Amino acid sequence: MNHSHYPKDDSFRVSLNGRYRIANLWQGLFFSALVIAILSLVALLYNVVDGAFGYVAYEYKHAPSEFTAKPLDQLNKQELLELLKTNLSSGAYKKLDNDKPMGERSKSVLVTLVLERLFQIDTKQTWSMTDSILHSNDIKAEVADKYPKAILEFRSWLTPVFLTTPMSSKAEFAGVRTAILGSLWMVGIAILFALPIGTGAAIYLQEYADKNFINRIIQTNINNLAGVPSIVYGMLGLAIFVRTFEGFTSGSMFGVTDSNGRTVLSAGLTMGTLVLPLIIINAQEAIKAVPDSLRQAAFGVGATRWQTVWHHVLPNALPGILTGSILAVSRAIGETAPLIVVGASTFISVDPSGPFSKFTALPIQIYQWTTRAQSEFHSIAASAIIVLLILLLTLNATAVLLRNRVQRKY
Amino acid sequence: MQNNQPEIAIETKNLFIFYGSFAAVSEVNIKIEKQKVTAIIGPSGCGKSTLLRAFNRMNDFVPSSYVTGEILLQGQNLYSKNIDPVEVRRKIGMVFQKPNPFPKSIYENISWGAKINGFKGNMDELVEQSLRGAALWDEVKDKLKKSAYELSGGQQQRLCIARTIAIQPEIILMDEPASALDPISTLRIEELMQELKQNYTIIIVTHNMQQAARVSDYTAMMMLEKDGSRSGTVIEFSETKRIFTNPKDKRTEDYVTGRFG
Ligand SMILES: Nc1ncnc2c1ncn2[C@@H]1O[C@H](COP(=O)(O)OP(=O)(O)OP(=O)(O)O)[C@@H](O)[C@H]1O
Ligand SMILES: [Mg+2]
Repeated sequence: MNHSHYPKDDSFRVSLNGRYRIANLWQGLFFSALVIAILSLVALLYNVVDGAFGYVAYEYKHAPSEFTAKPLDQLNKQELLELLKTNLSSGAYKKLDNDKPMGERSKSVLVTLVLERLFQIDTKQTWSMTDSILHSNDIKAEVADKYPKAILEFRSWLTPVFLTTPMSSKAEFAGVRTAILGSLWMVGIAILFALPIGTGAAIYLQEYADKNFINRIIQTNINNLAGVPSIVYGMLGLAIFVRTFEGFTSGSMFGVTDSNGRTVLSAGLTMGTLVLPLIIINAQEAIKAVPDSLRQAAFGVGATRWQTVWHHVLPNALPGILTGSILAVSRAIGETAPLIVVGASTFISVDPSGPFSKFTALPIQIYQWTTRAQSEFHSIAASAIIVLLILLLTLNATAVLLRNRVQRKY
Repeated sequence: MQNNQPEIAIETKNLFIFYGSFAAVSEVNIKIEKQKVTAIIGPSGCGKSTLLRAFNRMNDFVPSSYVTGEILLQGQNLYSKNIDPVEVRRKIGMVFQKPNPFPKSIYENISWGAKINGFKGNMDELVEQSLRGAALWDEVKDKLKKSAYELSGGQQQRLCIARTIAIQPEIILMDEPASALDPISTLRIEELMQELKQNYTIIIVTHNMQQAARVSDYTAMMMLEKDGSRSGTVIEFSETKRIFTNPKDKRTEDYVTGRFG
């Protein structure tokens, strides 16, 4: 039989060309999707960086020449201390010394103090990085015209001092130290709370639970909980951790007196609850990836289920569990809504010193700064966003490294 | 002993094994003799693995599975309420089709089972003994701390056998233990079985007729029942010699001579 139902030679080639056309069309669509994704990422990054660097025009309320003959950056630490001691009122100096002994402060901190307390910087206007580069002559002319006494300077708002100074009501002297520490405390508490519970629940669901109706409902609910808006977790945290368990979360149970339930502990527990479903799901995946042949091997030599889980399933799933948990927690670090509800402080300059401290966190700080009218606050908000992004990237990179470090053994 | 009555290691009585409502294996009555190799042969899907796994309650891990009838070990029904499956697996070890060593060192692969079962003796000695028993000692004695995954497939399978004999079971079950191995490794495992049967009762599932003929003393021929229920059963069980030279059942003859299907 020569007759075939398949196209031959020419007609085959024609149909093949048709197949290629469709394939190319789809490939093009996928590629444009990728391009759009990358462009929006680039736009986001550009937007942030654009705000964090640029020209700033400022004046001194008191001219530096009233205090010192030498330029500020040529003074050594001793001269700076002397400068502050002679020009500040003795009460103000004592207070600063009480906060942290002046001799122990770094030179850049002292310079900042001189600028803040003595010269008293007054920022007139700031420009974005793009404007500063493209219209630098216009800006110079404008400043010369509008603020003849002002100094124009290209500066980065993201500086080491920015990272290590607490909050201040003046953008020029404000830093994110309190917020970084607050975020770290919060994430630490969230992990301590959610990792063991999440892992435990995942082990139960994967290794112990029958595949019955009730357990299927539980599983579905966990999956749904992972998609609940974060503000709902904030309400939950407010009702449960801040109010109901105030005695515990404020620390009054443990003799801490000057606190209410709006502590970093409440926030950490709220964030822990928020990431719990994600941690459970990720841990379940990691546990599922441990092959059954390994469990059978353990059972085959007379192991109990507990011994099998503890000695074989868990150690082999652990890197995956940790990776998944870090990724889950890196979601928490950027969450703002629940913190607002749970009651993060918007203005606080004292480092959190324990679980019962009042606190602020990076996203709160950023949110607060962006709502201010003065443009210099927008610049430090942009810098704080960069700090937050770097923190996130560090966490995610740790997770990826962890995943790549464990060689697939089976 | 004067009487010629053979000693029975394990015996099934009217055994049915179900997956849900499906009887994968029905009505099996066999007596497995002590310190002999018993082969289970038969076409794919007739329930050989199911039957084998019933002997050490490995089927318990399939949620829908259950058995009726009895499997008697020294007169005790392994499926009676007061029997702990962990204890059963302690007495009846298993070697799987695909080598599945623990992702640990060679040494730990052997010592772990001993440790969890409360072994009090000299661990180094036990490890050496077990590896010698599995004809693996000479190949691995210098790298006991190395990962078991650095061994070849055949070596891994012998390690799994060593791991099983380390807990000193009464019976060793093997489900196609050589199916993933090359002819030379297969030969070594077959030789090993001949040695092991001095001390252990061995039940082996195999698809390889020559292997069954070479290594086993008794053979159980399994087949799907004729009535179309797709349920497997043992249609003939006797000395291997007989199964291969003078089977009673026509289907057995067809199968062992390759005229099946
Ligand atoms: N976990 C399970 N759940 C449901 N049915 C199963 C399960 N395992 C096996 N079966 C069914 O039981 C029957 C016997 O399977 P079994 O694995 O025992 O066959 P086998 O003789 O070992 O086959 P093979 O030679 O291919 O390994 C088959 O019909 C199979 O589909
Ligand atoms: Mg099988």
